[in-house]
Amino acid sequence: MKIVVCMKQVPDTNEIKIDQKTGTLQREGVPSIMNPEDKHALLAALNIKDAEVIALSMGPPQAEMILREALAYGANKAILLCDFAFAGSDTAATSYTLSKAIEKINPDLIVCGRQAIDGDTAQVGPQIAELLNLPQATYVQKIIKLDNEKVEIQKETEIGYDIMELNLPALITCTNDISEIDYPSLQGISKAFEENIETWKATDLKADKERLGLNGSPTWVNKSFTPTHQRQGNILKGNVKELAKQLAKEFIRKEIVKE
Amino acid sequence: MKIKLSINYPSSELHIGNGILINKESDWLEVEETKEIKEAIEKGFLEYEGKLEKKEEKKEKSDKDEIWIFAEALHGKLARVVLELLGKGKELADSLNVKLSVILLTDKDNYSKELISYGADKVYILENPLLKNYDTNLFAKVITEAIKNYAPQIVLYGATHIGRDLAPRIARRLDTGLTADCTGLDITENNELLQTRPAFGGNLMAQILCKKRPQMSTVRPGVMQIIPQDKDKKGEIIKLEIKISESDLSTRLKESVKSAKKVINLEEAEIIVSGGRGLSSQENFHKLIPAFAKVLNAEIGSSRAAVDAGWIEKPHQVGQTGKTVRPKVYIACGISGAIQHRAGMQDSDLIIAINKDPSAPIFKIADYGFVADINEFIPAFIESLK
Repeated sequence: MKIVVCMKQVPDTNEIKIDQKTGTLQREGVPSIMNPEDKHALLAALNIKDAEVIALSMGPPQAEMILREALAYGANKAILLCDFAFAGSDTAATSYTLSKAIEKINPDLIVCGRQAIDGDTAQVGPQIAELLNLPQATYVQKIIKLDNEKVEIQKETEIGYDIMELNLPALITCTNDISEIDYPSLQGISKAFEENIETWKATDLKADKERLGLNGSPTWVNKSFTPTHQRQGNILKGNVKELAKQLAKEFIRKEIVKE
Repeated sequence: MKIKLSINYPSSELHIGNGILINKESDWLEVEETKEIKEAIEKGFLEYEGKLEKKEEKKEKSDKDEIWIFAEALHGKLARVVLELLGKGKELADSLNVKLSVILLTDKDNYSKELISYGADKVYILENPLLKNYDTNLFAKVITEAIKNYAPQIVLYGATHIGRDLAPRIARRLDTGLTADCTGLDITENNELLQTRPAFGGNLMAQILCKKRPQMSTVRPGVMQIIPQDKDKKGEIIKLEIKISESDLSTRLKESVKSAKKVINLEEAEIIVSGGRGLSSQENFHKLIPAFAKVLNAEIGSSRAAVDAGWIEKPHQVGQTGKTVRPKVYIACGISGAIQHRAGMQDSDLIIAINKDPSAPIFKIADYGFVADINEFIPAFIESLK
């Protein structure tokens, strides 16, 4: 069983600050991490017995760090798709690039995180599945059964969950429920720094140049701005009982509660 | 209508067609509204009483380049976001002067009347027992074919579990772009769809355009406003002629389980009491927040911190990675108000914040802020109502 896990290096969005003067993101000093749901996806793949797990990422050279991390956790192999031609990709171009690499690897199962915390789109997984003409399941919480022909999963729905079966090869995108976060072993970490990470370029993928990077991206960012949602409210301090009474009065006045 | 020669008219008499002559001495004259008279009125030669029949300014709405909405209807009812999309879609369709249509895939049509009453001009429908349950490939196939046949310029989907599973597949089949989880949609001067969405956990808003057609977006539930229902509104129903069979199914659904717990309907709640880390323990959270919610007849929400701490389940979470809500009243209890949380509730009509830290960012977006320990504030509030 060959499993590809797709992963993205993202800035830790909890640590991001906005420069109030310029209204731009301050990315300096913000740690880059493996996207949390991708980490859960990786650990779920590593829990599968006798599987060869290949960590795959597309990004700048420094994205190698999350692939080293994947190796430390126990991934058998890591591949970085890194080429200037990939720059400026939207989700369409990203999924095309990843799908060309996956075609080359020819796995039985592809596991992705549901979405990345920087973009929150949840679009790359399903678009890879479409380009490879594979069945998919999104919001997967549990892999119930897996054999050489099919996978049975539990996926989250708006009202509960579904149990469903897919023929292999297939693609699943996972939520945090799929695995418990664990730490790599010391042995794993030292091994990770000895191993070689393969780098594949556009020419290695036999990709159509028109479908890569900016050229291959139908959407583009016209403008970005920082959200402003300020309200000029009354901020009241003082004795708790008095404050609580004031709110109660206000709610009665506004008929939010009855006297 | 009645007319009279205007005192502004430079001469003493005016021929207004049909052999009628009107002069300064004439009193109000009852006449039929003709082209000549209208012209004279517009030039200011005549005064008039009564209504001037206005020229039909709006052209008949075009049947081409429609705006489409995917009418997600599963588990026996329309997803609420579909009605929200109709509200927004109508505004977009009016500004482009095109029709607003929905595409409905169902085993039994219990929905088209409702869809029309909330703003749809047309319902494209495929009714087939196979469409009882959602299947990625089956739904993607039908919608892709319909889009190819009718060529709408914009297609909108709710950013629900199903919308986010389906729309990316359709985007790749049609080789067009897709913008995820939009919170704002507008039409530009060049009649393009301007799609606004949060990025970097809500720290930044991005405005996105698409150079291919159709322009497609998934839209965050809870953000757009529903327009009032008009039960007399008429609409057209078009049956789609698309062949489907079992071989189109890409997955085998074995079991569909409804969560035993009460479904949390934060998006529709009028009042939400949300608890955060300031409650300091699971015990306090469960003692105080439900009691507060009960006296206000409110639903219970929470910050991500409270979910991560295991005090309450994820369906209660408000924010960028939780739900977006816009209730009449939102009460943030011991929530500091990280941008990720604010992104999910900042459009509430009235925001009340209670936090012991006066510098907590939640106060920046609150209409009323109370600097107090939430653990003391709630009992005092309940007491003062008695």
